[in-house]
Amino acid sequence: MTRTRKPGVSRRATLAIMGAGAVSIATPFGTPWVARAQAKTIKIGMPTILSGRVAQLGTSSRNAVMLEIEKVNAAGGLAGRTIEMVIRDSKGQPQEAARVARELVNTDGCEILIDAEASSGAFAVHEVARDLGVLCLHTNSETSALTADPKQHIPNAFRTARQGVHDSIVGGSYAATIAKAKGLKKWATCSPDYAYGRDTTAEYVTYLKRFAPDIEIISESWPKLFQPDYTEVVTKILQARPQALYSCLWGGDLTSYIDQANIYALFSQMEVFAVNMADYTALTVVKNLPKGIHSGNRYIKTYPATPENAAWGDAYKAKYNEYPTNWSWENATAIMLLAEASKKANSADGKKIAEALRGLKIKSPFGADGTVTMRAEDQTLVGYAIGWGTTIPQEPYVPQVQAGDWKTIFELEAEWKKSKGYT
Amino acid sequence: MDLDALTGCLASSACLVTQTTSGFIIGMLLFLVAVGLTLIFGVLKVVNFSHGAFYMFGAYFAMTAYQFSGSFALAMLCGAAGTAILGLIFERVFMSRVYGADVLMQLLVCYAFVLIFDDVVRMIWGPEFKSMGMPAAFQVVPLFIAGGVVPPYYLLLIGVALAAAMILGLGLARTRIGKVIRAAAHNPGMVSALGINTGLIYGGVFALGGMLAGLAGALAAPVRSLTPGMGFSVLIESFIVTVIGGMGSILGALIGALLIGMIRSFGSLGFPLFTEGLMYLFMVIVLVSRPTGLFGKEVA
Repeated sequence: MTRTRKPGVSRRATLAIMGAGAVSIATPFGTPWVARAQAKTIKIGMPTILSGRVAQLGTSSRNAVMLEIEKVNAAGGLAGRTIEMVIRDSKGQPQEAARVARELVNTDGCEILIDAEASSGAFAVHEVARDLGVLCLHTNSETSALTADPKQHIPNAFRTARQGVHDSIVGGSYAATIAKAKGLKKWATCSPDYAYGRDTTAEYVTYLKRFAPDIEIISESWPKLFQPDYTEVVTKILQARPQALYSCLWGGDLTSYIDQANIYALFSQMEVFAVNMADYTALTVVKNLPKGIHSGNRYIKTYPATPENAAWGDAYKAKYNEYPTNWSWENATAIMLLAEASKKANSADGKKIAEALRGLKIKSPFGADGTVTMRAEDQTLVGYAIGWGTTIPQEPYVPQVQAGDWKTIFELEAEWKKSKGYT
Repeated sequence: MDLDALTGCLASSACLVTQTTSGFIIGMLLFLVAVGLTLIFGVLKVVNFSHGAFYMFGAYFAMTAYQFSGSFALAMLCGAAGTAILGLIFERVFMSRVYGADVLMQLLVCYAFVLIFDDVVRMIWGPEFKSMGMPAAFQVVPLFIAGGVVPPYYLLLIGVALAAAMILGLGLARTRIGKVIRAAAHNPGMVSALGINTGLIYGGVFALGGMLAGLAGALAAPVRSLTPGMGFSVLIESFIVTVIGGMGSILGALIGALLIGMIRSFGSLGFPLFTEGLMYLFMVIVLVSRPTGLFGKEVA
């Protein structure tokens, strides 16, 4: 038997709306996620991008999280409670990320948030964490201000990702060394025309000039994000005849650019520094990868060159039939830190875990010295493997990586924070 | 603004050659997409908003064929033929149902298929971006003409596109089928009354339009990354081309596409921060001075 619904609001819908209203009214007074704290399983909510052009961010984050959760659950979960992941698609829209995050906590009863959003969404989720007081681990946003700016600081939010300013310091010092050795004075830049591209390029150039003051930027190109054709940009750079080129294009844009620049033989005419090249997302896709592109390490299983890192990369590949991404290690680190902090606090309570996380140092396949640390003062990850090297067209793709020096990074980061008025 | 760079370039033959070929490359690929769009509009009177999907399918078909066969020629053929068949099916099964309908209805059907086709690509080839790779035959050092850099692959690309334009132009002007198509564009009722199967003509024209966009996609596949949704940005520029050239005019599409190519190529030197804006500005100027586009009155 079928019934035709009359138009208008049904009785059930009315009840649902009233129920939802009651929850949202109750929220400011009592936090529902605390009330459910004694359940046998613990739910962790994860807003991320699972559709659209950067869906790979979400899928490779999710894969890494699930890989680690399996291990943690097999070892007894968080203080005896089995972890259940609730993963939702924000479609890459900040307002949707905030809505999803709020819903995960208030409606689904998640007690912890893994914020696997890109920077735009991460700041939105950060505000939700501020409002609800829920423990939140940012795993993909590399925008320095998220943790460096004291205005953003809240006791319950942490970052387990790399940071833009660290990359710029290491990249700038590496490039300056090469520039001095090879006499590269005239530089061009070519980066995507949005906040990430502009900020990262500016920071990189700042540190490049700091380490090698006689460098001159003679040409700048700002192609649009997701632009299909770069021919006019390629030829413009050829006309300018720089000795070196810096680019922070990434993903499909970077591979397009390489394919198009390749047939103009651009790579044989200048040294190319592409910070986002050494990530399997780009390395495995480019069919004719030129030899000798300088790149920062995003994620490769051969750096750090330890059995632990290689084993982790292989385990991921065995399970998902593709190599992990930079986002993968950042998300895996979040789960590793959570598990250790929960063990230390002997609790699955968000506040106690947060307390244990501050200053926590754990063994990690992704650490520069086999460990990574959650720095207490600004609650962001330090000590991760960071370095630059040059590409070859087949595995291991970047055979030798020159490690960045964390002592220098800390010194210059402190200086940078002061110059920004953060400290 | 960087007018020194622009005037400096105009004075140097090397720069002139490089930038002009660069403009041709952008323009000719755009022409192949835009001419299909304008042809379909001219004959079927439908603005095919899902046209970018054929460009996308052409690229994916070519990549798959290339992976299996290793033959570049076969890849191009598969890209073009595959999209022609797809275009025919799409027209006969779906588009033919909305010819008489409101333009909003047509728009809605096309937009629905933009989303559906993107998801189909995502299901078959996955959401990650792909790259076809340059065939070994074209992995050679670029040519130097008057000091300017010209990659051999781009010469082929320009040649194929120009050949397509000439065959299309001559075919429409000189052959019997061309005459029937032009007649159908002018007065479909009369053509039908003369005993000619207009359904077949419509399907054929749609397939031809799809094929040209597919060929553009196949030609672009070695140098552009393939993602679901890649047709969209191309579609917008194709619309600018057809608006400048005049909806329904093949010559207009060619001139419009080359103008856009040159604007991008030389604009990026002289107005690096306003290259996109320059394109729209040019479109506005054309629309104000000639609302039907440069060759708007000429119906294909």
